Amino acid sequence: MIVLKQKPLEWILDAVKNYDSVLIVGCNGCSGIYQVGGEKQAEAMKLLLEMASEIKLKKNLEVETCTVLRQCDRDLVASSLRPLIRRMKGHKAILSMACGVGVQTISEIFPEIPVIPGCDTLFIGMRTKEFGEFYEFCRACGDCILFETGGICPVTRCAKGLLNGPCGGMREGKCEVDPERDCAWVLIYERLKAQGRLDLFIKFRPPRDHRITIGPRVWRGE
Amino acid sequence: MKRIYSRLMEELLSGKFVFTAEIEAGKTTSLDKVIEAAKMLKNYVTAINITDNPGACAHMNPLVPAYVIQRDVGVEAVYQITCRDRNRIAIISDLLAAAALGIRNVLALTGDHVTMGDNPEAKPVFDLDSASLVYLIRRMVDEGVDLAGNKIEGEVKFHVGIAANPNAMPLELEILKIERKVRLGIDFIQTQCVFDMELTKEFLREVKKFNVPVLVGICPIRSIGMMKWYIKECPGGIKIPMEIQERLLTARERRGKKGVLEESIEISAELIKEIRKTTSAAGVHIMAIGFEWVIPQIIERTGLKC
Repeated sequence: MIVLKQKPLEWILDAVKNYDSVLIVGCNGCSGIYQVGGEKQAEAMKLLLEMASEIKLKKNLEVETCTVLRQCDRDLVASSLRPLIRRMKGHKAILSMACGVGVQTISEIFPEIPVIPGCDTLFIGMRTKEFGEFYEFCRACGDCILFETGGICPVTRCAKGLLNGPCGGMREGKCEVDPERDCAWVLIYERLKAQGRLDLFIKFRPPRDHRITIGPRVWRGE
Repeated sequence: MKRIYSRLMEELLSGKFVFTAEIEAGKTTSLDKVIEAAKMLKNYVTAINITDNPGACAHMNPLVPAYVIQRDVGVEAVYQITCRDRNRIAIISDLLAAAALGIRNVLALTGDHVTMGDNPEAKPVFDLDSASLVYLIRRMVDEGVDLAGNKIEGEVKFHVGIAANPNAMPLELEILKIERKVRLGIDFIQTQCVFDMELTKEFLREVKKFNVPVLVGICPIRSIGMMKWYIKECPGGIKIPMEIQERLLTARERRGKKGVLEESIEISAELIKEIRKTTSAAGVHIMAIGFEWVIPQIIERTGLKC
């Protein structure tokens, strides 16, 4: 899941101040599942913007909402937004409640309309059961070794991204960067040990081929 | 028969009890302190490690003092190299320079994270890690090529060492980590500092099977604050037995700050004698950054250096 957080209302208000009408586009994908920018949040944002613009900007901002199933899907975005955009009046802007991909999908399809990101995209991760906090779990490194590391990603969850950890800074199972955080390589060791696969822990992993992650990455399918 | 390129390696294999020490290059434009410390240690140790931006603090490039103490002082260097600040291109480049300057011992380290250091906003590199650094050095030495297999002109003569931590928990994990590097091919191990002889003995028993010489880390303690730092904050974690803690606390009560250091010199010498007598360690690596002058005193007190 892509983990995001809403930008501060102040920031959004400043971004919309020069427009007459704003279309808030929610996303029921990652953003909706984690209740950051789904249908309900888009509706709430509409009320907030209407009130705030009246009080703070002293103007009547025309706000509509529309929530798509996944804002990263070109076809869904095009068909859902086109009739609504046609109806908008004056200076138009779109406020996207999705990740950076959603913002750019809308921008690609409607290049003439400014798109305001309503959220900051943080990382690919999940909400952990124990803490109800979001943790980064995948760096999209393009060369997955999770089978060899007991389903725990060292590229993401080790602060140094080591392929042959842990480093000498590990202290009683915790990371030298943040003593609250588990050392990913200790987790890997414990998991592999429980699976009877410690031979994979000793295995040397040569340095990565970083050409895989040189941006911007393109995938043309096979 | 394995080729020997350095006096350190020769002595490590000779069965002689070996002493090494450590100096920081420092955030300075002067080599005076390094040279002064190296001169003081020259007759006591076989080689001196020069640290690479220790604790992620930006210091002078260690290659320069490593070269200078070999050339001007006549004591061998162990050039420490970490993976934090340079990608593989820069590391290969530095290793070529080191080889050209006659450096023969390299200690391959991952490096403390940039957030621990004095420029915490820096971008951490870690293109390699300590294991892949060992792998790189082996390829350079054994095959005369760099990481991608490009041919190197001239011979590369390095002995490669690694760091290990006898205090690490769980110990099995630490041993597996060492085994990974033993399989790649390492020449020596220098450990984090130890105070707990039981842990040290257990560690040495476990690594004996690898048949790699081990220099056990010894750190004299200057103050009670430093002792507390080791116990609570030092990366990797260091165990100081209650008995040693109490000896140092009593020394401060009775003899003040100076007493702590005196007691610590005595403790260090006792630990070294115990290591010599009861373990298979090849020697000790003494770290007293900023107060290197205690190292000759410690070594003399052990009576092991003639």
